[in-house]
Amino acid sequence: MTDQTMSIEVMRYRPEQDKEPWLQSFEVPYSDDMSVLQGLQYIRDYLDGTLAFRWSCRQAICGSCGMMVDGVPKLACKTFLRDYPGKVRIEALNHFPIERDLVVVLDDFIDKLESITPYIVPKEDKPLSEGEYQQTPAQMDWYAQFSGCINCLLCYAACPQYGLNQDFLGPGAIALLHRYNQDSRDGACEQRMELLAAQEGVFNCTAVGYCSEVCPKAVDPANAVNLNKTAVAKDYFLRFARPKGGCK
Amino acid sequence: MNKRKPYVRPMPGWWRKNPYFIEYMIHEGTALFVAAYAFVLLFGLWRLSQGEAAWNGFIAALQSPLSMLLHLILLLMIGYHSYTWFKIMPRTLPPLIIGGKRVSAAAITAGGFIATLLASLALLGIAWGISQ
Ligand code: SF4
Ligand code: FES
Repeated sequence: MTDQTMSIEVMRYRPEQDKEPWLQSFEVPYSDDMSVLQGLQYIRDYLDGTLAFRWSCRQAICGSCGMMVDGVPKLACKTFLRDYPGKVRIEALNHFPIERDLVVVLDDFIDKLESITPYIVPKEDKPLSEGEYQQTPAQMDWYAQFSGCINCLLCYAACPQYGLNQDFLGPGAIALLHRYNQDSRDGACEQRMELLAAQEGVFNCTAVGYCSEVCPKAVDPANAVNLNKTAVAKDYFLRFARPKGGCK
Repeated sequence: MNKRKPYVRPMPGWWRKNPYFIEYMIHEGTALFVAAYAFVLLFGLWRLSQGEAAWNGFIAALQSPLSMLLHLILLLMIGYHSYTWFKIMPRTLPPLIIGGKRVSAAAITAGGFIATLLASLALLGIAWGISQ
């Protein structure tokens, strides 16, 4: 570390004493290889041990360190202080209730994640003796991009529709739903359709597109949402022509 | 006692806080000009249904300086709206695979622009041919 410092403004909210969140400024020693997360760790270790924030992997894979950095949803471990010369403002992830400081309440997303049947339901059960369910690389290509989601919720913080209406299933959950629907081994597309077609499903999206812009894993959730607008419309009209069940 | 007191932030003026959202509001706003032009065309159709004199009156009104100015504004706004529309097009399409390779987002957007340009030129050509 050098003797250079920079100021980090951090959103504080302590439910037992604060009525609303406020910003606290800290002077932090700075070197140009320091991430925002390291800045926060310095504050907690040396300046104020009560600062609360989530992190785990420090390498953009666990998805726990999502926060607003100068108003933009970012992973704190993948964002560098050097890109914010002199001063940076860190706030809790937008559109989620704040539990304490930078820690937000994730219950709503966890419920949504559970609701989409986030696992492969085999088209037909076969006994173990018949071996595994196989898939070609070309078949895998259809969903690989969407399986890169790390549930970091930056896309939810980027989505004004979710901010305005928490019932919206939202970009991340729809991207994951799409990931399973696109899997050649999966047969649960029909039961997921109800969620997509609901009032709170894909048509709550007004194609702002910022979700895909901020996604740290290039998942492109906006693409999943928009593809499913077509899928829902097709499902609605085609059911007059063919029996339900031909989801793919 | 439960000390939890999750704080929900209000969102007043949310779209003014991020350049991305400001641009979004502008490009959504230009859709109003698309609707306005549809009304101009509908109005013309209605005048046509009322006979030759009414139709000629409509044509004459279109040639007034005020109408020219209005149409210039409409053209710019609708042009910008189409631009944003093609920009977002790659996000609305399934993977397009040509020759075993996935077509890039930029190529899809460029394809949209080229198709619009060709269609517009063809239309201008036809209109020019009729007017001669
Ligand atoms: S889609 Fe991207 S931004 Fe959204 S939760 Fe998944 S990884 Fe995060
Ligand atoms: S600490 Fe795991 S994603 Fe940042």
